[in-house]
Amino acid sequence: MRHIISVLMENATGALSRVSGLFSQRGYNIESLTVAPTDDPTLSRMTLVTKGNDASVEQIVKQLNKLIDVVKVMELSDYQHIEREIMFVKVAASNMEACASIKRMADIFRARVIDVKNKMYTLEVTGSPDKLDGFLETLEDHKVIEVVRSGAMGITRGANALKI
Amino acid sequence: MKLTGAEIFIECLKAEKVDTIFGYPGGAVLFLYDELYKAEERGEIRHILSRHEQGAVHAAEGYAKSTDKPGVCIVTSGPGATNAVTGIADAYMDSVPLVVISGQVPRQLIGNDSFQEIDIIGITRPCVKHNFLVTRIEDIAPTMRKAFYIATTGRPGPVVVDIPKDLTSGVDKIKFEYPKDLKMRSYQPTIKGNKRQIKSALNLISQAKKPILYAGGGVISARASEELTEFAQAYNFPVTTTLMGLGCYPSTDKQYIGMLGMHGTFEANRTMHYADLIIAIGARFDDRVTGDLNKFSPYAKVIHIDIDPATISKNVKAHNPIVGDVKQVLQTLLEIMEEQEINPDKSAYDTWWKEIQEWQSVNCLHYDQDDTAIKAQYVVEKLWEVTQGEAYVASDVGQHQMWAAQYYKFNKPNRWVNSGGLGTMGFGLPAAMGIQLAHPDETVACITGDGSIQMCIQELGTCTQYKLPLNIINLNNGYLGMVRQWQEFFYEERYAMTYNQSLPDFVKLAESYGHVGLHIDKPADVEGALREAIADTKRLYFLDFATEPQGNVYPMIPAQYGHNEMYLTKEDAITDMQAKAKAAKEAE
Ligand SMILES: Cc1ncc(C[n+]2csc(CCOP(=O)(O)OP(=O)(O)O)c2C)c(N)n1
Ligand SMILES: [Mg+2]
Repeated sequence: MRHIISVLMENATGALSRVSGLFSQRGYNIESLTVAPTDDPTLSRMTLVTKGNDASVEQIVKQLNKLIDVVKVMELSDYQHIEREIMFVKVAASNMEACASIKRMADIFRARVIDVKNKMYTLEVTGSPDKLDGFLETLEDHKVIEVVRSGAMGITRGANALKI
Repeated sequence: MKLTGAEIFIECLKAEKVDTIFGYPGGAVLFLYDELYKAEERGEIRHILSRHEQGAVHAAEGYAKSTDKPGVCIVTSGPGATNAVTGIADAYMDSVPLVVISGQVPRQLIGNDSFQEIDIIGITRPCVKHNFLVTRIEDIAPTMRKAFYIATTGRPGPVVVDIPKDLTSGVDKIKFEYPKDLKMRSYQPTIKGNKRQIKSALNLISQAKKPILYAGGGVISARASEELTEFAQAYNFPVTTTLMGLGCYPSTDKQYIGMLGMHGTFEANRTMHYADLIIAIGARFDDRVTGDLNKFSPYAKVIHIDIDPATISKNVKAHNPIVGDVKQVLQTLLEIMEEQEINPDKSAYDTWWKEIQEWQSVNCLHYDQDDTAIKAQYVVEKLWEVTQGEAYVASDVGQHQMWAAQYYKFNKPNRWVNSGGLGTMGFGLPAAMGIQLAHPDETVACITGDGSIQMCIQELGTCTQYKLPLNIINLNNGYLGMVRQWQEFFYEERYAMTYNQSLPDFVKLAESYGHVGLHIDKPADVEGALREAIADTKRLYFLDFATEPQGNVYPMIPAQYGHNEMYLTKEDAITDMQAKAKAAKEAE
């Protein structure tokens, strides 16, 4: 099962390596990880995506909580939540036909063209990680030069919040 | 008045009531040592100089494990810090409260591959409870405060504080203020157990017919032996302990059924296997205890009391978890029993006890001492007699450790100090030093082996310097016996690298350090030698016992076996190996 976990932690040097270290030390798999300071500059927020059965995810959450720099942990998958990821894709558009096809796909997936140069299109698309996978699949017939993904971010719906 | 970083450091130690610090000097800690020197002159703090940083950390562990105080160490940057890592990891695995201060190169040199620079924060991250790199002089006092707080509260553990040299140099001075209140939003261990869960545990207990109380090192860390004993005796539970828990319940009591696990007693393991309720207290279902998890205690419900939520349901699912300080939880539990007037019927488990007594009658720890080779078991048993069970015993790692655990019957907590989680050969001698320094008037024995003792043998010099009258019991079988035992059972007696060639003359070695050395090779001389050593409270005795070269530790549950699949004798092992070989052939 795929789990998405949000972590609020002290914005201290080394805090990130404690979390990422924990995953490698204990053999947990990590699918994606994003981190940045929050509106409160003393806190960072991290979103982790991992795969595992319920018992192993329970262990992960407990071990995260045990880290001294970690203030709060929330398993977003336990709540109604929204999940988004941002992706840049650079694709080669060698002829008019390719250009048109790329633009058509972009429209369908609500991707935006953010740069065109030397017959290279750079697209930006936001959505659930699934949607981004889907978009990449539709581009399979084209020459994809580069893909940058941010990793998933998540937030609960409604009144629930991960705050101190 | 403004103080230098080094002066602040000393004030922090004083504020934490540190009277003893173990360490080894070097470039990055010169300013700190200069102030330690002055503090020692003023009679404020005593510094114990080990002969290797690993020894300093193990000594601090021995000090901490035998008292209710944290152990404190100081080491220099680079090799000083890396030498300390084994001790830090050992303390991490056994939840020993330690504060280890390491010097670091000056801030402006960090990251430049400077002389004796090493990222000790990075190196120790997986084996500390927490660590800090101090980057401002203002942070020294608050960081030290946090370090002691984190090390000693919740599930205890080692904390490393890395201090760059320039912070201590005296170029900068600030006013010293030690934070009084400490609130950490990110660290608030749960202390009090949830009452509802405690009540439901009592309810589960009332339904059990075959309970077992399984107590671990957490009971000792929480200083909860009294409460545990009261609880166990109120119900007449059979009690087993882990290797780390020895002494948390009196071993000579009739309810005590011995240690459990790989080299635990037949009765403890059978009782665990057939129990319908496990009451786990301050224990963590380690693999050396459970064997194959799929075969572990198939009929039991589990009540698990521990301060560390991550321990609960990690290996064995808990039906009734209680997170909290073991002492407080047991106190609450006993209060509820009183409130609700729960007076357990002590005969409720009579049939269960009958079954257990059958297993006890196997007498699994029986051995015969003839007049040829000395049995290690016999030495330990005699040591127990001669010291009337009152000694502090530190142990190294190997067969001798298991024999110490099996044959020295501890009736009090904090008397048994060994390396359980990491299994660190070399732990014993320095740990014994730490114990003796904490308890100058008590008898301290170090039970060791010919392999282990050589891993920190240099500490004999520390014992000379500080006049530590240890009793070193070297159970010298000429082998790395524990590994040899596995080779005998599982590698068709190919003894790869386990014969200890070129052993030194331990008697002469001890004498060269100014100690008394005795070599004993006759069973008849064992008791006399022990009496002589124990009676002498001034000098260190190194007793080198030539023991049976290829003796084995029984009972034994091979790794990944179930608790009902034990070897009690060599015959059991041989039968099992033959059966396995046959099965393998047939499979081909
Ligand atoms: C530092 C370290 N290295 C290796 C081991 C693996 N090991 C476990 S027991 C043992 C043999 C110990 O020999 P000795 O001290 O003579 O004790 P004996 O088993 O013979 O009683 C070894 C090598 C260890 N536990 N620690
Ligand atoms: Mg040996």
